[in-house]
Amino acid sequence: MAEAAHDSHHPHAGGPSHAKVLLREPLVLNNRSYSWVTNRICGIVENPQPKGWWFIIVPCVALVAVMAFCFTYLVATGVGVWGPNHPVAWGWDITNFVFWIGIGHAGTLISAILYLTRQKWRTAVNRAAEAMTIFAVMCAGLFPALHVGRVWMAWFLAPVPNSNAIWQNFKSPLLWDVFAVSTYFSVSVVFWFLGLVPDLATLRDRCKPGIRKMAYGLFALGWRGGNRQWRHYEIAYGLLAALSTPLVLSVHTVVSFDFATSVVPGWHTTIFPPYFVAGAIFGGFAMVLTLMIPVRKIYGLQDLFTMKHVDNMTKIILLTGTIVGYAYLMELFIAWYSGSLYEFDAFKWRILFGPYTLYYFAMFFCNVIAPQVFWWKKMRENLIVVMIVCMFVNAGMWFERFVIICTTLARDSLPGAWDMYHPTWVEIWTFIGTFGFFMMLFLLFLRFLPVIAIAEIKGVLPEADPHYDPSKTKGDNIVPAPVYEGDRHEAPTPSAAGPLPSGAATA
Amino acid sequence: MSTPLKRVHGYLAEFSSTKDVYHAAEQVRDAGYSSWDVHSPFPVHGMDDAMGLPRSILPRFVLIGGIIGLTTAFLLEYLTQVVIYPTVVQAKPANIYTIAAFFPVMFELTILFAAFTALFTCLIMMKLPRLHHPLFNSRNFSKFSDDKFFLCIEARDPKFSPEKTKAFLAGLGGANIELVEDEL
Repeated sequence: MAEAAHDSHHPHAGGPSHAKVLLREPLVLNNRSYSWVTNRICGIVENPQPKGWWFIIVPCVALVAVMAFCFTYLVATGVGVWGPNHPVAWGWDITNFVFWIGIGHAGTLISAILYLTRQKWRTAVNRAAEAMTIFAVMCAGLFPALHVGRVWMAWFLAPVPNSNAIWQNFKSPLLWDVFAVSTYFSVSVVFWFLGLVPDLATLRDRCKPGIRKMAYGLFALGWRGGNRQWRHYEIAYGLLAALSTPLVLSVHTVVSFDFATSVVPGWHTTIFPPYFVAGAIFGGFAMVLTLMIPVRKIYGLQDLFTMKHVDNMTKIILLTGTIVGYAYLMELFIAWYSGSLYEFDAFKWRILFGPYTLYYFAMFFCNVIAPQVFWWKKMRENLIVVMIVCMFVNAGMWFERFVIICTTLARDSLPGAWDMYHPTWVEIWTFIGTFGFFMMLFLLFLRFLPVIAIAEIKGVLPEADPHYDPSKTKGDNIVPAPVYEGDRHEAPTPSAAGPLPSGAATA
Repeated sequence: MSTPLKRVHGYLAEFSSTKDVYHAAEQVRDAGYSSWDVHSPFPVHGMDDAMGLPRSILPRFVLIGGIIGLTTAFLLEYLTQVVIYPTVVQAKPANIYTIAAFFPVMFELTILFAAFTALFTCLIMMKLPRLHHPLFNSRNFSKFSDDKFFLCIEARDPKFSPEKTKAFLAGLGGANIELVEDEL
């Protein structure tokens, strides 16, 4: 943004007036000041939560209790309380695992890839998206851990010497998955935490002495914002972004290897890694929008998380959704073109005559047809339409994993072995419970941590550039951003931060 | 009742824009000070040059961390799969030619080790974490994390002088100049 202001001005300095220059839309609307940013974001943590927060978190905690009960019942009784059978050995458990892992892809994509490509709009979204990533991976991790059956033996996954002198099979994609997911989780947490340190210091400096100040102070690590700190910090942050970029692409690639390296027709395809990664980004962005559109409205963050952000993200959904659609069609084409009888049969049962045909068409509609409305700007600007499409995508990505996993296994190579798979109530409530778990963690995140990266947002304001000259922005080719009456006020002092400006919570 | 002993940490001056603090930093650099720092709510673009600081050497350590991760993963896989406990699973032989199947774990551990090296090396270089710092005695300083910029020249700087440094900071346009002390 700062560059846009510069580029449009230097040529005209002192010269005659030229035609109006199309300016890039500012990242933060209404010329907000540094302290406005601090007050607005910290206010979310410091003020009492709106009623809606309590209305959502109470049922979520109840769902977590249901999930805990289902897990206890499973461990106490045995995996037979779930529906998987022979031949459908992977049911909702692995479907849900892949679904949640996919959701967890948007966060690191936004923080890492968009950081490296200098997409400055990411600053308003990255914190919440990274938090969402971590919570989604936590939900995902529960399923394979319990799927192993005897959970008290789950430590066999870790390559530690044991009394049987048996080592893990490092040639197995399932073990690659253990490494990929745990690395992804650890690196995402490191990345998230490093980004949080300056903002935790902001919260610390605004607190009155007490337990809160001690807690924020402890996690802020004594941050003083010195440039002798920032210079290492920025390099470390950039390096983590550079390391996370291949990592985020590798995680879903490895997850897809679980399927692609097997010899099951319908799974054994080379298209899986890019297809899974595109699908994960697609589903992840839909979940970010599902969460952030209500958040920006409830907490009055429209100036920070602008319509431009929604526009960019819906375009990414359109792009990745179309890539996913291409992958679906290419799978069908290759099933025919390869001349492989088994491959052709797998897809014949999947889309035409199989017991789960309806799921296939639900998936196709949700993931390929529904996002096509984003070709129209009017639709991208209508938040209700965006929310509805994102809900379709969230559901569609779950259908996709179910279709890939269950329909393929239910109709394997030997007709004598065919069987149906139905989830039991334990599986259904476990899955619903993980949504409660996910939402509970996200609401607690809103309550205790800054939902938008304060330091990063300040860094993209025009006056953050030491060479910014406010007198130059008064040229005739600059249209000042509109100011909301009654909303443009500076909170008096940090220590006396009042409630959110009027109209923010009810806007 | 005894008066607590105090040690002077340095002079702290407040600035209200990146532009002011940037130009002040250039002059402090040119005046030849060495123990000083600029505190800002966000990293100020170009401040390393204004302060005359070289580029961070952090990437070298991260590279070493990554190489250690890669080696660890390779040894973990090769020693357990080929040397200690050779197992033929799914007709895949137990020898070095199966190295392609080792790549995913080698990649993941490279990233894991490099990321943690980046975190911990960065903390060491930033001299963090610490529970207390003399600057936190200044009430004014808490605004560094909101919208103010601070320049602090420390007393351990050889060019530090109680009168001249204060006048120098005032001449740079610094406001609310205060002497920061710490109890011994």
